[in-house]
Amino acid sequence: MLLGPSLALSALLFSLGVAGVLLRRNAIVLFMCIELMLNAVNLTFVALAQLHGASGYVMVFFVMTVAAAEAAVGLAIIIGIFRHKQSVDLGNINLLRG
Amino acid sequence: MTEVVFYIFAAAAVLSATLCILQRSPMVSALWLVSTMFSLAAIYVLLNAQFIAAIQVLVYAGAIMVLFLFVIMLLNLGHADSDLRGPSTVAASLVIVGLLAVELLALTRYTPRRLATELSQWPTFTDPATAFVAGQLTQQEGATRGVVGALAAPLFQTYLIPFEITSILLLAAIVGAVVLAKRDV
Repeated sequence: MLLGPSLALSALLFSLGVAGVLLRRNAIVLFMCIELMLNAVNLTFVALAQLHGASGYVMVFFVMTVAAAEAAVGLAIIIGIFRHKQSVDLGNINLLRG
Repeated sequence: MTEVVFYIFAAAAVLSATLCILQRSPMVSALWLVSTMFSLAAIYVLLNAQFIAAIQVLVYAGAIMVLFLFVIMLLNLGHADSDLRGPSTVAASLVIVGLLAVELLALTRYTPRRLATELSQWPTFTDPATAFVAGQLTQQEGATRGVVGALAAPLFQTYLIPFEITSILLLAAIVGAVVLAKRDV
C-alpha cells in the first residue's frame, strides 16, 4: 500500500519546491519549483486514490492539464519580460513597486 | 521487494529535487527536475497507477520540460551567476520551509486503518470496513477492464463537464501564449 511513505515523500518534495521558490531569484527556476510542487500534490492524489477510488487519478489528469497551460503562458510572460529587461532575475522586475 | 524499490526511487527523487533547487545553471536544474519526474513515474507504477506513470513521462518529462529547456536555450541562460537571495532571507526561508515540512510530515502518521476509524465518525460513513470500498472497486476494475478503462469510466461519465472545460482552458492558454510571445506587445 505504501500510503505513509508516499505522503512523506510528497511532503518532502513540496517543501523542497517551496524552498526553491523562496530561495531563488531566477524566474525560470522558480517556475520549475512550482512544477515540483504540483508533482508532489499529484503524488498525494495517486497515493490516496488507492483508498478513495479512481477520482484521484482523474484529478491528476486535471492538475497536469493546468500545469501544461500554466507553463505555456508563464514561459511566454518570461520571454516578454526578458525582451524588456534583458534579464529574468526577479530582483530586476520591480515596475509595480509603489 | 516493492518497498525497497520504492525507497530507492524516493531517495532518487528527493536527491534530484534538492540538486534542482541548488544548481546555479537553470539548464542543469531543469535536467535534475527531469530526473525527479522520472523517479516519480516509477513510484506511480509501484502505486498501481501505470497509466498516470506513462502520461507523467510523456507530458511532464517530455512536453513541459522540453518547453522549459527550449526557453532556457532561447534566452541563452545556460551559465548564470548565483541568484540566491540574501543571507537573512535565506535564514527566514529555511525556517518557514522547516515548519512546513514538519507540518506535512505529521500527515504521514495516518495509516489507512486510522483514517478509516476517523472517517467512520463522520455522519456519512458508518463502518470502518467499508470506508474504502471505492478504492478496492477501482483496483478490481483495473484488474478486469484494464488500468486505462478504470480511469476512463469516471473521466467520461462523472467528470465529463470538467473534462470539456479543460479544453477551453487549453485553448485560452494557446491564444494567451501566442499573444504574449508576439514581438510588438
